[in-house]
This record gives sequence, structure tokens and C-alpha cells, in this order.
Amino acid sequence: MTHTPPLLEVTDLGLRLRTHTGTVDAVRGVNFSLRRGETLGLVGESGCGKSLTAMTLMGLQPEGATVSGSLRFHGEEMVGQSEARWCALRGDRIGMVFQEPMSALNPVHTIGHQVAEPLRLHRGLTSAAARKEAVALLDRVGIADAARRFDAWPHQFSGGQRQRITIAMALACGPDLLIADEPTTALDVTIAGQILQLIRDLVRERSMGLILISHDLGVIAQNVSRMMVMYGGMVVESGPTQDVFTRRAHPYTQGLFGSRPQLGMAARADGAMRTRLAAIPGNVPELRHMPPGCPFAGRCPVALPTCETQMPADTRLEPFHHARCVRLEAER
Amino acid sequence: MSAVPATAPAASHGRGFFSRAWRHPSFVIGGVLTLLLAGAAALSLVWTPWSPYEMNLANKLQAPSAAHWLGTDPFGRDVASLLLVGARNSILVGVIAVSIGLGVGGALGLLASARRGWIEEMIMRLADFTFAFPAILSAIMMTAVFGAGIVNSIIAIGVFNIPTFARVTRASANAIGSRDFILAARACGKGSWRITIEHVLPNIASVLIVQATIQFALAILAEAALSYLGLGTQPPQPSWGRMLSEAQTLLFQSPMLAVYPGVAIALAVLGLNLLGDGLRDLLDPRLTRKR
Repeated sequence: MTHTPPLLEVTDLGLRLRTHTGTVDAVRGVNFSLRRGETLGLVGESGCGKSLTAMTLMGLQPEGATVSGSLRFHGEEMVGQSEARWCALRGDRIGMVFQEPMSALNPVHTIGHQVAEPLRLHRGLTSAAARKEAVALLDRVGIADAARRFDAWPHQFSGGQRQRITIAMALACGPDLLIADEPTTALDVTIAGQILQLIRDLVRERSMGLILISHDLGVIAQNVSRMMVMYGGMVVESGPTQDVFTRRAHPYTQGLFGSRPQLGMAARADGAMRTRLAAIPGNVPELRHMPPGCPFAGRCPVALPTCETQMPADTRLEPFHHARCVRLEAER
Repeated sequence: MSAVPATAPAASHGRGFFSRAWRHPSFVIGGVLTLLLAGAAALSLVWTPWSPYEMNLANKLQAPSAAHWLGTDPFGRDVASLLLVGARNSILVGVIAVSIGLGVGGALGLLASARRGWIEEMIMRLADFTFAFPAILSAIMMTAVFGAGIVNSIIAIGVFNIPTFARVTRASANAIGSRDFILAARACGKGSWRITIEHVLPNIASVLIVQATIQFALAILAEAALSYLGLGTQPPQPSWGRMLSEAQTLLFQSPMLAVYPGVAIALAVLGLNLLGDGLRDLLDPRLTRKR
């Protein structure tokens, strides 16, 4: 164990948004730390705060939002840091891949120009040097005939190819941390597999830290060693992917697994055949109407009367496996 | 891309632009009329049938002839020469007034869009305020205060182009600002100025070009109106608006004297508007590029 601080250390991170009707806490009490070469997954359904968490990690939270807690990158506190400092980090030390490759590239610039841009911006490379580097990058992410296609326009590429190009953009300066926000959601299943394979290889090859955001448990299972399950802006369960998948300690995690379609509608452990998907009843509560207690209380099949009013404590189940449920508290 | 069949709705841009442009009637007609206007102005720099300043009272109010194609005015000046030189005047007014409006208004619009918050509010409310005055009335007021003349009227017209461009720029920049590639550019560590110049501006350029042609036409009209009122171009500098006002008193004797500059103004404005319409269609990203 070295004494160098972790790549990313997040303590009690919160994000408060200002809306017309008042302020809401879109992200609450997120804690984790990440070292180079480590992979972390964020799962949860739409509106649970995973994308906002990712944006906050990039310093790209919505305008007028307040970030609380601490966010240390290489030991440097980034909460409250100037925009200029953030600009120096983004694209250089932290790269980001977005959900929609079709719209993440500017239609009026060639793809080569866009991949080379971070190199000119952060590394101060000349156009010729940046071009050479960008061609190598495009080649690495699997754009065939990269040197010739350098001057092609975004609309001349398919979705999968464009996602490869945005990955090349994110990795141009060799960042220490890659944040991938649903990188395959907009892609065909077969293409999605290739893109994830590429991200996996690149993360290993460059020993980057990876934060992968997805609502797809299969994607999480294959790509990250640790995961956090988010609900209502909070982390309800976190731990090594293996442990979370086998134990499924939080009722929300169980619901998430239950609502996952399986090939051939697999038999359950008790031998009964399932024919319907077990959707979690209800919807994610609006942030404005979040109960003071457990955010999942309103939809939880095993909720107790106290769940609505009392925030359950973060309970340690295994050395690295935590969950926030009053029933787990009681078990101990 | 060469394998794309001709029936494909989304042709590639660049090469496809001109092939589509030829088949766009308003673009072609507008382009021809605008070229005629520019051609007349350019020609007047090197050659006019007669000097537009040379008066010959013995020859006044002549009907069109081989020597004087469109006849002569009450001072015996050649009307065709006056029209040619007047085109130069109109273009000068249009170019400078649009440059002022586009330069200042565009910059303010981009600033409002990039900075948001109270800066945006202030700029846009100021634009609303300026907009509330009828432009021609304000131009009359400005020329009345600062003196009649071509320079002051160009400045007045230019100033009243500013809010129009500021609004159009801000509205289209805001629409672009919410697109994913702007977020991607921010994630690459670009500051808001770089993003504005490198990502927003090229994407709204087509809108601004179209707006510029419309404002150009309006500037020609405004100059004609100011000159007609005696506040714009001063004698002996020829101007279509002044030709109109001078023809007014002779409307029953030589009605054609009013028709020629009137038709010239109408054709120039029509041509620029058609050109703007055509450009709007041709540069519309939804038609030119498949996203």
C-alpha cells in the first residue's frame, strides 16, 4: 500500500438543485474512493441521481446547483474549485463518454478535428502532431482506415463508430479517470458488447479508474469490480459486484434484479417457473416529495412503519459491503 | 458517400449544396437579382454612360433614347447613370449597416447566451427597449439630432439592426447550447469562450447569414426612406431614395422618373429577400444533414 492519495475520494457528496418550487437534494451522502485501475459501477433506474452524480464528479453540475461534501482528485479538493481549474482537469485527467453518440459530436467539425482538440488544448501540440496522435487513437478504438477518415464528418459514421470516436476524444490526453455515462444504452446489443469490450481493454491497458453508469445489471456484472446501487439520490447498497449480486441485501436491489428480463424466463431457485416480469410497483418519488426516511419506503414490499420517517443507517454487512435498510440494522 | 442513391433524402452537404441550389427557384431568382445589384454597383465604379453629376439643363426631362437609355431628369442628368451609381450607394449602406448590426448585435447575443444570468437579462431587456421604438422614427430622430447625411443615416440604420441580431443570435445560441456536443466539449475541458466561438458560432452561422440578407434589404429600404425625407444621402451624391423624392414633384409630367428608382429598390429588396429565403432552406441543417 502506497501513501499516495487515491485517484478519487468522495466524502458525503451532495447536490442541491434550485427549482421553481424550492430546493431539492438530488444527490445525498455519496461516499466512495477509487484508485487507478479500479472499476466502479453506478446502477439505478432513471431519475435516481446517477447521471447527476457523474456530472458533479466532472464539475458539470447544472447551473445554480450547490455541491456539498468533499471531492478530492489526486488529493486536491475540487468542491468549490474555480472553473479554470476544472477546465484544466476535464479532458486531460478526467475523460467522459456520453450516452448519445449521435449527438455528442459537433456536426460542423470533422471527427479528426474533434479528437485532436483536447491534445491541442491540454498538451499544446501543433496541428500536425495532434493529427498524428489522433490518428493513432482512432486506430486504437477501431476506426478502420483512420488516417483517411480523419477528415470525415460525424454524419458519415454509424452510432457504434461515433461512440468509438467519442471514446477516442475522452482518452486523447490519457486521463487517469474515465466516466462512462450509459455508454451503450443508445446502441444495438451486438455493438454495445464491442464498445464495452473496448472500454474494458482500454481501462486495463492504461490502468485508468473507471466509473461506469448503467441501468443494465448485465453490463455492470461484466465490467466493474465494485458497484453502488442508487435510489432517490442516495446510495442504498454498495460493495463488490460479486457480493451485491449474490446477497442483494437492499429490497430495492432485489426489486431491480427481479425486474430484469431473463432469457427463457429462468426457473427460480425454488423451482417455480416465472412467466411475468416482477416490476417494482410505483414510481421513483419526485425529489420534492422525498420522504424524510428511506427514499424507497413508499414502494418497498417489506417496509416497516418507521421507514417513512427514519433514515436507516448505513449498515456494514461484509468488510466492504454496505446497505441502508432498517431490516439489516435490526439483523445485526 | 458516392454510393448513396440519388433518391436519398439526405444528400451530403458541401458538394450537394450547389446541386440543390440550382433547383431552388427563390434562391436562383434572388441570387440573379442580387448579382445584378452588385454588378450594377461594380460597373458604376469603372463606367457609366454619362457622368451622374453632369447637369445639362438644355437636355432636361428627355424621353428614353439611344443616347439616354432611360431619359434624363429635371437637371438633364442621365437617369441610367444615376441608377447605376445609386446601386453603389444602396450596397454601401446595406453592407455597413449590416456589419454594424451583425458585429455588435451578434457579439452581444453570444455574450448573453454564454454568460446567462443578469448579463443576459440586461442585454435582452435593452434590446426589447430599443425594439419598442419604430426603427425609421428613431433613425429620423438620430439624423435630426446628429445632422442629416449618409454617414449618420448608415450609423442610425446599423444601430437599429443591433437588437435584431442580438435576439436572433441569442435565441439560436441558446438552442445549440443545450445540445449534447456542447456538454461533450465542456467535458473536454473547453472554456465557455472557446465553446462559443468554436462550437456555437459555426452552428448558428446559417441563421445569421439568412438574417443578414433580410436586414440588408431592410437597410436599403430604410436608406431610401431617409433619403426621400432628405435626411440620408445629400446632393449631389445619387441615391435611389433621393431620385424618388425629386421625381415626386414631376409625377404628372414624367411619371417614369419615379418608376425607375422605385423598380430598382423593389427588385433589390425582392432579390435579397428571395436569396435569404433560399439560403434558409438550403442551409437548414435538418434538410442538409442526417444526424
